[in-house]
Amino acid sequence: MANRLSQAVTGMQEWFNDRAPSFLPFYRKHMTEYYAPKNFNIWYIFGVLSMVVLVNQIVTGIFLTMYFKPSAAEAFASVEYIMRDVDWGWLLRYMHSTGASAFFVVVYIHMFRGVMYGSYKKPRELVWLLGMLIYLVLMAEAFMGYVLPWGQMSYWGAKVIISLFGAIPYVGGALTEWIMGDYLPSDATLNRFFALHVIALPLVLLLLVVLHIFALHEVGSNNPDGVEIKKGPKGNRWSPTAPADGIPFHPYFTVKDTFYTGCFLLVCAFILFFQPTFGGLFLEHDNFIEANRLVTPEHIKPTWYYTPFYAMLRVVPDKLLGVVTMFSAIIVLFFLPWIDRGKVKSWRYRGLGFRIALVVLGVCFVWLGKIGAGPGTDPVETIIGRILTISYFGFFVFLWVYTAFGFEKTKPVPERVTGHD
Amino acid sequence: MTERILQMTQKFVACLVLGFALVSTTAAWASGGGALKPSNANIADVQSLQNGAKLYFNYCSGCHSLKFMRYSRIAEDLQLSEAQVMQNLNFTGANFGELVPGSMHAEDGKVWFGAAPPDLSLMARAKGVDYIYNYLKSFYLDASRPLGWNNTVFPNASMPNVLWELQGVQKAKFKPASGDHEAEFEHFEVHQAGSLSSKEFDEVARDIANFLQYASEPAVFQRTSIGIWVLLFLSVFTLLAYFLKHEYWKDVH
Repeated sequence: MANRLSQAVTGMQEWFNDRAPSFLPFYRKHMTEYYAPKNFNIWYIFGVLSMVVLVNQIVTGIFLTMYFKPSAAEAFASVEYIMRDVDWGWLLRYMHSTGASAFFVVVYIHMFRGVMYGSYKKPRELVWLLGMLIYLVLMAEAFMGYVLPWGQMSYWGAKVIISLFGAIPYVGGALTEWIMGDYLPSDATLNRFFALHVIALPLVLLLLVVLHIFALHEVGSNNPDGVEIKKGPKGNRWSPTAPADGIPFHPYFTVKDTFYTGCFLLVCAFILFFQPTFGGLFLEHDNFIEANRLVTPEHIKPTWYYTPFYAMLRVVPDKLLGVVTMFSAIIVLFFLPWIDRGKVKSWRYRGLGFRIALVVLGVCFVWLGKIGAGPGTDPVETIIGRILTISYFGFFVFLWVYTAFGFEKTKPVPERVTGHD
Repeated sequence: MTERILQMTQKFVACLVLGFALVSTTAAWASGGGALKPSNANIADVQSLQNGAKLYFNYCSGCHSLKFMRYSRIAEDLQLSEAQVMQNLNFTGANFGELVPGSMHAEDGKVWFGAAPPDLSLMARAKGVDYIYNYLKSFYLDASRPLGWNNTVFPNASMPNVLWELQGVQKAKFKPASGDHEAEFEHFEVHQAGSLSSKEFDEVARDIANFLQYASEPAVFQRTSIGIWVLLFLSVFTLLAYFLKHEYWKDVH
C-alpha cells in the first residue's frame, strides 16, 4: 500500500516536472533551500505578519466589494447593510478595518527593525528601496480605502489630504481637480478611489511585495547580529555549500512563523471581537455620520497611521513648506542606505550615539503621532511638535555626521551569529 | 524543555500584557476626558434593552427614524415575538421585515424645529452612549429658545424635552458671565416635578441610550459570543504550533 502510494506521488512529480521543469527548483530556491540565519529573533516575524495581513485584506476585500456600492448616494448605507444584513458582513468589515490598522502596526515595526539591525545596508539597499515603495503605495491604498465608507471623516479627510496637492505652485489647483474629478470630493472621486483601491493599487502592491522578497532572496536575510552568513563557513546538515549558520526556511521558519502568527492573530482577534473601533482609533466616531459637505467636523484628522506626518504638516506655519516637510519626512527614508555610512550593521555592536538616536527617533515618531491625532489647538503642543519634527530630521543629519566622519565607536562584530531562540 | 516553555510563555505573556496595555491606554486617550456622567448602560441586559425599545418607539420614533434597523432584527435580538413587536413597537404600518422609518418628513422637521431630526441608527457610535444618556437628562427651560427648551450637553439644540412628563421640568443655574469668562453651568433646579423620581428617570435615560447603543451595532451579540470561541481556538492552535515548532527546532544547534 505504502509502496503504491509513494509510486503514485513519484509519478505525479515526474508528470509535473516534464511539463514545468522550473517549478520545483523555484520552490526549493525560495522555501526548502532558502537558508535563513538561525538567530532571527522576535523582530524578524513582522515581514511574514505583513504578508498574513495582506492576504487578509485581499480576501475580505473581495467579499466586501460584492456588497459595497461605490457611489456617494449609496456607499454609506451599503456599509451599514454589510454590518447588519449581510451574513457575517460585520466580521468581514471588522477584519478589513482591523487589518488595515494592523498592517501599519506590523509595517512600522518591520521598518524599525530594518534600522535597528542595519538591514538596509549593502548589499540590501534594493530590498530597502522596494520596501519603501511598498510603504508609499500602502499609504495611498489605505487613504483611498478610508474614503470609501463615505462618512464625515472619509469626506473631510479626503478634502484636506487632496488639498495638500493644491500647495504645489502653478499646477496645484488643476491637480486637485484632476485627482477628484470635481471641485470637491464627490461621487466621481469616490468611484475612482474605489477603482484604485480594489484593483490598481493592490496589483502594484502585490508586484512590489514579490520583488521585495525576490530581491531579499538574492542577497539573503540579514540577522540580529548583522553578520553575513554567506561570508562565513560553509556546510550544514542539508547542504555542503550552504552557509553553516543558515537553516532551511521551510520547515524551520514556516513552523516558527506559524506559532507567532497564532500569537498575532490572538491580539488581532481580541481587538476585532471586543474593541473593533479601538476607542475611535481604528474606526473613528465621526465616520459613523454620513458625509455632509455643509457640516465640518470639529476636528479633522487622518487615521492614526498618518498622524505623525500630519502633525509635521500642522506645526509648520507655511502651507507649502508644511507639505514639503511632510513629504520629505517620507522621502528621506529612501536615502537611509546612503546617509548611514557606518560599516557595522546591528545596533548590538554599534556606537552608543546610534542607539540613543534611534530611540529618540522612535519617541519623536510616536509623540508626533499623538499630536497629529489631537485637535492641534494647544500652542505649547505646537512648539513641542516643532522640536520633535526637527529631531526627526535631526536623526538623519546626526547619522550622516556620526558615521561619515568617524565619530562612531563600534564594538567588535562576532565572526558567527550568536545563539538562537 | 520545561525551562524553554517557561521562557516562551513568559515572553508571550509579556507581549500580551504589552498589547493590552497599549489597547487600554490608547483607547482611554482616544475617548478623552469630558464631563459626561457614566450611563452604566449594559448591552447584555436584555430587560433594559426591551424597556429602551419601548420608550424609544413611544417617545422618539415619531420624529427620529432608525433607517438601518429592521423590526424583525429587533425582535430576534431582544427576545421579543413578532406579535409583541408589531403591536407595541410598530406604529408606522411598516412590515415586520422592513426598516424603521421616520414619521416626519425632513422638510417638515426643518420648518417645525429649525433642523430635521437626525436618524438615530448610528448616533451611539458617533457620539457615545454616555452622551445620549446625559443629553436626555440635560434639558432645561429657556425662554430665549423658539420652543422654550435648551440643553447643556448640546447647547441650542432644536429638540424640545419630549420626556418632560416623566422627568418633570428643570431650570438651569448658571454662574453669571464675568470678564472673559462665559456663563458657566452650575446645576439644575426642579421647576415642576414629573411622574418619575430622579432615580427612575435615570433608568429611563439609561435604557433609551442602551437601546440606541444596540441599534448602532446589532451584531454586538454575535461579535462577543463568537469572539470568545475564536480566542479559545486560537489559543489552542498557538499552543500546538508552539509544540510543533519546538519539535522541529530540536535539531537546530
